[in-house]
Amino acid sequence: MADHQRCGDGEVSGLDCDEALATLYTFLDGELTEERRTIISLHLDGCTYCGDAAHFESELRIVIADCTRTTVPDSLLARIRAVLAEEARGG
Amino acid sequence: MRRVADRSRFEDEALVHADALYSAALRMTRDRTDADDLLQETFLKAFRAYDSFEEGTNLRAWLFRILTNTYISTYRRRQRAPLETDVDDVEDLYLYRRLASAGLSRSAEDAALERLTAPEVLAALDDLPEQFRLAVLLSDVEGFSYKEIAEITDVPIGTVMSRIHRGRKALQQALAPYATEQGLVHAPRT
Repeated sequence: MADHQRCGDGEVSGLDCDEALATLYTFLDGELTEERRTIISLHLDGCTYCGDAAHFESELRIVIADCTRTTVPDSLLARIRAVLAEEARGG
Repeated sequence: MRRVADRSRFEDEALVHADALYSAALRMTRDRTDADDLLQETFLKAFRAYDSFEEGTNLRAWLFRILTNTYISTYRRRQRAPLETDVDDVEDLYLYRRLASAGLSRSAEDAALERLTAPEVLAALDDLPEQFRLAVLLSDVEGFSYKEIAEITDVPIGTVMSRIHRGRKALQQALAPYATEQGLVHAPRT
């Protein structure tokens, strides 16, 4: 249980958890400025609750991406190559 | 002969993105036959427009833009789902908060993610209203930046961010019943 208590005084690295969590997606998306990124990163390193949240969200993304990625069937790829060849011939 | 050389270069450079485009096409159309046709049409259009593609810019983003436009102009009208539907506004980090509030450790949270199966994840994705589904796909599966997604889908960056954000929340809400073990975490209220 103690693992998941929010940091005691509600503030790690000059940032409270609510603010860190509200910025978490933008952080994980790599869309923060360098300065802001460093501040969030320090908080995530020092706060178990928010650090685990970042870990969980990253893992979830991997699960979603892995489930979604597939490969084009060879027959479809062959069909596409044939269509392109036809088009290149002026078809 | 110029066209033969063009085709060979196009195939070398564009077809390496076929798997990613096909994966997205399947989730856009939610139909195997439509996805096949959509992919073929995307490559044909891209080949025809290849002269206008600026060397040195992002070919992958350019192909995804053609895929998205083709889907919207041709295949979307076949879909019966209403376009204007919205998603419930649940709290941020919905799934994590549910697991954490039940006192799960990091490894138990990882185990909860491992319990998710591909059919469950795909069903949850496919149930998202289109604009949210597209935004989550381009962001979380394809790793495009907000700016790239704005260019691919032709909407302002602020709208892109809002769609990704709300799409993720709705997806997590849909996944919660699968990720949680009965008795360990209470089923979410809907």
